[in-house]
Amino acid sequence: MEHYHMNLNLKVWRQKNNQSKGEFKLYRVENISSEMSFLEMFDVLNEQLIRDGEDPVTFDHDCREGICGACSMYINGKPHGPWQANTTCQLHMRAFKDGDTIVVEPWRANAFPVIKDLMVDRSAFDRIIQAGGYISVNTGNAVDGNALPIEKDKADSSFAAAMCIGCGACVAACKNSSAMLFLSAKVSHLALLPQGAPERKTRVMNMVAQMDKEGFGACTNTGACEATCPKEISISNIARLNQEYLMASLTAE
Amino acid sequence: MLNAKIPAGPLESKWTDYKGHCKLVNPANKRKLEVIIVGTGLAGASAAASLGELGYKVKAFCFQDSPRRAHSIAAQGGINAAKNYQNDGDSVFRLFYDTIKGGDYRAREANVHRLAEVSANIIDQCVAQGVPFAREYGGLLSNRSFGGTQVQRTFYAAGQTGQQLLIGAYQALERQVALGNVKMYSRHEMLEIVKIDGKARGIIARDLVSGKLERHFGHAVLLCSGGYGNVFYLSTNAMGSNVTAAWKAHKQGALFGNPCFTQIHPTCIPVSGDHQSKLTLMSESLRNDGRIWVPKKQNDTRKATDIPEEERDYYLERRYPAFGNLVPRDVASRAAKERCDAGYGVGSSKQAVYLDYASAIERYGRTEANKQGKSNAGMEEIISMGKEVVKEKYGNLFDMYEKITGENPYEVPMRIYPAVHYTMGGLWVDYELQTTVPGLYALGEANFSDHGANRLGASALMQGLADGYFVIPYTIGNYLADEIYSKAIATDHPAFAEAEKAVNDRIHQLMNIKGKQTVESFHKRLGKIMWDKCGMARNEQGLKQAIAEIQALKKEFWSDVRIPGEIEQMNPELDKANRVADFIELGELMCIDALNRNESCGGHFREESQTEEGEALRDDANFMYVAAWEFKGEHAWELHKEALNYDVIKPSQRNYK
Repeated sequence: MEHYHMNLNLKVWRQKNNQSKGEFKLYRVENISSEMSFLEMFDVLNEQLIRDGEDPVTFDHDCREGICGACSMYINGKPHGPWQANTTCQLHMRAFKDGDTIVVEPWRANAFPVIKDLMVDRSAFDRIIQAGGYISVNTGNAVDGNALPIEKDKADSSFAAAMCIGCGACVAACKNSSAMLFLSAKVSHLALLPQGAPERKTRVMNMVAQMDKEGFGACTNTGACEATCPKEISISNIARLNQEYLMASLTAE
Repeated sequence: MLNAKIPAGPLESKWTDYKGHCKLVNPANKRKLEVIIVGTGLAGASAAASLGELGYKVKAFCFQDSPRRAHSIAAQGGINAAKNYQNDGDSVFRLFYDTIKGGDYRAREANVHRLAEVSANIIDQCVAQGVPFAREYGGLLSNRSFGGTQVQRTFYAAGQTGQQLLIGAYQALERQVALGNVKMYSRHEMLEIVKIDGKARGIIARDLVSGKLERHFGHAVLLCSGGYGNVFYLSTNAMGSNVTAAWKAHKQGALFGNPCFTQIHPTCIPVSGDHQSKLTLMSESLRNDGRIWVPKKQNDTRKATDIPEEERDYYLERRYPAFGNLVPRDVASRAAKERCDAGYGVGSSKQAVYLDYASAIERYGRTEANKQGKSNAGMEEIISMGKEVVKEKYGNLFDMYEKITGENPYEVPMRIYPAVHYTMGGLWVDYELQTTVPGLYALGEANFSDHGANRLGASALMQGLADGYFVIPYTIGNYLADEIYSKAIATDHPAFAEAEKAVNDRIHQLMNIKGKQTVESFHKRLGKIMWDKCGMARNEQGLKQAIAEIQALKKEFWSDVRIPGEIEQMNPELDKANRVADFIELGELMCIDALNRNESCGGHFREESQTEEGEALRDDANFMYVAAWEFKGEHAWELHKEALNYDVIKPSQRNYK
């Protein structure tokens, strides 16, 4: 792999807090290595800002290996930037070339208010899980792990849905700011397993009600969520969610 | 003075006897007792959920925006349990034995045996929660091998086992939040322990969004705040992982156990330049199938694929034929360092070795061809089928490698090098997981207790969940049963006011330095001192130098650090400065501990103490103890020793040959 260095222009959203009005600011960073991650390039920018006596850019990040779901930058019009199946922290600078201008914004959704700069409040996702995204089993109640064989295909599909990292890119990509992919991933994860069966109906009804309450928009099946999901959660989960919801509604007492 | 409170009786009945005799709290009283939990990774989330289910009033704190993002989420390979589903000779005793031996005989027998006993319950609990572990076609749970063992006892969910286990615990936690049994405080950082009459009675936390300090009361406080690998700056830990909660506890009187015991993980993606902010692990599970090698010729600049088989040195298979590529982490890391230091390293930095999947791809391809009845499949077809199998097992890891390095590991061997991954040391706790401060507990990686001088792979997840699901729900009752007459203490109590003032003063002091150097630059310098002098190999001279350098760095930090922004607002640089200030003090203690322990054991390798073959040479006569350090003031600590008694296992020179 050939390595190279580049100078870049950054257009970054700055917003002091959720009360104030934000604006784009222009910055220049130089001598950026193609081997850096996108967030390491932001580290360079922030070190520069601190030295110049300015306020560094606030953004969420933690594991920097694509699994915690904290990072959440909207880069050149795409959540997590140009690479497929990727998070911002795993985007590397070889995706860019010398002289590029990169526009960086926070997730934009009513249900995700900006806290500061590029950091948003995604606690709505936690509240959706609180509404039913679990199996009610107290510690100590379990039977032997192998007492309940589960078809490999089902277990694998459940796992594929459970890979969701809760980053919110699906919401940010959706023109309606819908949280259907996130919600459907959790409903599918649990509906595909026999352990999830007893609470199947109440789970989907309560989680959907909470999603609506949080102010997420409706799903119109454009598929932007699936296209942007760093974990490639399939939109077929939304079909399963609709099916679960319909079944639960029809058989509601 | 140090009483580990290990129950009497034969090893295998200690825990059963303890549970049968510990004090209980009745449900009506549990509702009146408040428990504070700091950190919501596997240990914290499982403890918060379990204690909430029992009826205690729980307050849980994490610095992330959601408990689901704690760094346990990044654990890849798996979780051990003595289920013996594979019929390959596993048992509670074997898991216990492997863990004690893997830890190079520096862990407590009673704790480790309990860990092995509850391991099977953890798997059952997680399955019941809906954790989608890997399964075989018959629908039963699948296992794989990990380092330091000869049985297959590791349960896994592709390369994302930690994620799936944490989501299980997180969901259980959120269920308790919904029921009102747990109150969750995310984006909060604990900055002080509040002690009243010698007991831990609460914390001072900073709301990281508003910047305001808050007082919280608890009848007991549980620290589940993880490890301190970020003292090295570069590690596989998340950027926010820190020692602050544990360090505050230490300065309030909790002893710190074996601080120098650090795990350097053998298979990480090598450093690519000075810009590097963190290192990424390639799961130990890759050593199941991958083969590690370097060229037989020094400074060989040929491409890996151009080096013929007979010119490759599979040095782990050569040196350790019995365990081969699956030797424990400390052994594998040192062997890689030895080859690189001797001039056999690969890649542009020469600080890397190859982890090669070519032969595994071919082997799996042939098996697949047999399965499909394609007896005359060509090589190309075999390789292509083999890649599919490898993709299913390790796909996410291979993808991650490609994103970071830009190289395709299905085609060329991965380059790997050891990196700081885990800290076996931590707050000293007794059998009940209580620190030396009454009412203050430490769970998971934050305590020192189960892994001795080296942790085996797939055992961290096991320990975090054991502590949270199955140990603390019993042991905390033994303490809280005597607290049922203690009413909740109002947070206008002078002890709270004093603790808050101390935190506030320190924050103002930091902000008022208004120096020239960034927090990050100090952290990098600390990391370099630690890695060079208290890393994979340590010696007396280097450690003494390191101590002097760290003391000087501390002075410089407190007189020249620059923190932008304001106090009462979101200020990540201030948060980081608080953490780095604690890391600097911890770094000094780690070097002091490493200097004191003039023997090699597990991950702690003193160059002065090695066998003729370069293996770690223990000195059981002088160092068969836990070094528990008491904070005595600026640059001053007092050593307390907890003797380790091996009643069941006879310590010997570890042998993986």
